[in-house]
Amino acid sequence: MLVATAIGIAVNRDLLSVVMLSSIYGLLSANFFVTMDAVDVAFTEAAVGAGISPLLMFTTMAIVGRYEKLPHRWSLSALVLVSITGALLLVATMDMPAFGAPDAPAQQHVAPRYIEQSGQEVGIPNIVTSVLATYRGFDTFGEVTVIFTAGVGVLSLLMIGDRATKPLSSHLLKASQHKILRIVSKVLIAPILLFALYVQFHGDYGPGGGFQAGVIFAAAIIVYTMLFGLDSARQVIDQGWVRVMAAVGVLLYGAVGVVSMVNGGNFLDYDVLAKDPIHGQHYGIIVIELGVGITVAAVMVLIYFSFAGRLVDRGHQDD
Amino acid sequence: MLSHLPILQVILPLLAAPSCLILGRPALAWGFSFATSAAAMLISMLLLQQVWLEGPISYFLGGWEAPWGIEYRIDLLNAFLLLIVSSLSTVVLAGTRQSVAAEVEANRQTLFYVSWLLCLAGLLGILATGDAFNVFVFLEVSSLSTYTLISLGRDRKALWASYQYLIVGTIGATFILIGIGLMYMMTGTLNMQDLAQRLPVVADTRTVFAAYAFVIVGVCLKLALFPLHLWLPNAYAYAPSAVTAFLAATATKVAVYLLIRFSFTVFGADFSAMDIPLHQLFIALGLIAVFSASLVAILQIDIKRAIAYSSVAQIGYMIIGLGLGTAAGLQATLLHLFNHALMKGALFMSLAAVALRMGSTRLDDLAGLSQRMPLTAMAFVLGGLSLIGVPLTVGFISKWYLVIATLEMGMWPVAALILVGSLLAVMYIWRVVEVMYFRDPPASTQVSEAPVSVLLPLWLLVIANIYFGIDTALPVSVTADAAQALLGWGK
Repeated sequence: MLVATAIGIAVNRDLLSVVMLSSIYGLLSANFFVTMDAVDVAFTEAAVGAGISPLLMFTTMAIVGRYEKLPHRWSLSALVLVSITGALLLVATMDMPAFGAPDAPAQQHVAPRYIEQSGQEVGIPNIVTSVLATYRGFDTFGEVTVIFTAGVGVLSLLMIGDRATKPLSSHLLKASQHKILRIVSKVLIAPILLFALYVQFHGDYGPGGGFQAGVIFAAAIIVYTMLFGLDSARQVIDQGWVRVMAAVGVLLYGAVGVVSMVNGGNFLDYDVLAKDPIHGQHYGIIVIELGVGITVAAVMVLIYFSFAGRLVDRGHQDD
Repeated sequence: MLSHLPILQVILPLLAAPSCLILGRPALAWGFSFATSAAAMLISMLLLQQVWLEGPISYFLGGWEAPWGIEYRIDLLNAFLLLIVSSLSTVVLAGTRQSVAAEVEANRQTLFYVSWLLCLAGLLGILATGDAFNVFVFLEVSSLSTYTLISLGRDRKALWASYQYLIVGTIGATFILIGIGLMYMMTGTLNMQDLAQRLPVVADTRTVFAAYAFVIVGVCLKLALFPLHLWLPNAYAYAPSAVTAFLAATATKVAVYLLIRFSFTVFGADFSAMDIPLHQLFIALGLIAVFSASLVAILQIDIKRAIAYSSVAQIGYMIIGLGLGTAAGLQATLLHLFNHALMKGALFMSLAAVALRMGSTRLDDLAGLSQRMPLTAMAFVLGGLSLIGVPLTVGFISKWYLVIATLEMGMWPVAALILVGSLLAVMYIWRVVEVMYFRDPPASTQVSEAPVSVLLPLWLLVIANIYFGIDTALPVSVTADAAQALLGWGK
């Protein structure tokens, strides 16, 4: 099914169905991850691949139009390159250890310590969160920075500048006339926000954490914006404030690291945050997950606001 | 606090970036970025000194020892590169406030400096880390911010150039990620030193071979090695002048570092030479890069673009040194990393000054520049001489070491071709000199010399070009030891 969807995406020329298909692709891969027992990854994929990225693509489409302008050209050299890459990947699988084999190197070297000792060293049941937030916490810090960077990039590109503007129709605003959607969403938005908070703080015990929570939180705000218009959303949430929050999330994460340095440990060493190392780990993880959540949510909202803002502000110019 | 230097180096710009966004005002953001970059430079000096005296430093992030946690490992090689990147960033930043103010829209300038800091943090992060996956994370930080910086160029084509680079860069990063994933699958570790120990056991498997292929091709995409260089001329030509100077002096150097790190430290020198004649391939590609890019550079009408093509050619020289696979060849590559950063920094800075005053870097617009902007024109000429490899400049030093290294291997045709390649550089530099010095300026417009704040850092670079061309003790001894360590480590 994944392959069929991917071919569908490559062949199709109607961008609307391409986006729908890519959303389905995201959902399918999420299922795929679940069957491979990677629940946390699946959760993220479902939220990002099937949720927020199609939303953003729809918004883009509202700006650029629904159909490809240029006719398709089938490039032979591209096909050859892709085939070589695919073949290399297939060759690579030939000597791979079988999936889930207990004697595979990936299961034997670093992983056993994570599985056997993270309970005592970190003290939280979700090993994925332990690895992500403390053993490899610096990678996660880097990832948050990546998201922040993406936000800065989109912001700098889509700021209303003196780049040429074209008149366009605003599909987005039409949604505000749908009564049923409005009422259903009014009921749904509050539970979605609540669920986001649950995912945020329950990441220690079950699948979830700052990344997923941030995306879900942002999705709730984006749905609100889609249905009630950008202006009313901007009344609730100031765009400048969202910008600051995106920075605050990264700073919060970094601050944990700096505090642990001041307390005599290495950067991001949570052991020194409290008298009891386990408590220290708990505090550290909660705060950094919060930092992740804030930045992710703020950047997502910021990206959507920038996209939609370009639509709406241009709409005003046309009037 | 001294023991925290390796991490401070990276998190300083990393945390400065979001703070800079909150600060808001462009002038403030510039001062803040400059101070941060200067602090990073100081730290890298201290680090180089420390490594020089006491050997490699390890720093365990989060207090988890490697391979469970992430390790920062500073040895001579990356301490040297950290110094190159942070000092060039500082010098270029010092001289670019006016140029940025002229080329970037007012409401985007703060975001420009935020991206600059993020890019700096990303590049330093790639250099400092001893963990393969951490490389990928910081590669993403630096790449994304680079796309942003390029897209802020004045010309609308900058958007297209940035988009092109985004596609190619993303493919490159994905390849690197696939390679790292395959390595993890076969060894169960992400730490570079740990990988180096565990890879030889499984070196004969096809999976490791594929991992190697993916990593090398991915890095070569970022490196703009011929024939994967097509993104570079556009990106450099349309980016804001300051960004071009910064990227040309640092970003490709970091990619070369990654190539060295992965092929010599992680896979080991023996593995690189194993199945395919990779060394010969590198030498051949390097030579083709030198010739094709230099020839194209001669034909350009925009000087910024010509010098961008010359970067592709210079990368060719570095790859030739790498392909030799000997300590001397490696040392030539490392020397050229340093020297090329100096000369490209000087050349693009002088072009930034030209763009600031003239509003263009097209060859025809430069007529008679020596009368109007004598100091800038002089700086360009000296940078150009260094690029060609005239004695008493740094360019001569790197060419000298490279030619000696090829002769050591008995490859005199390669040595001859390198010298012929320098002649091509003479041609594209001479075209500019001719127009600047021997043509009369158009009478209609009045143009004055660039401001002191631009000239000062520019001439600092020019003087460095000459100083390190005469007193070569520091770079030569550092690179010699670094090259020895690399070859020793792999075995």
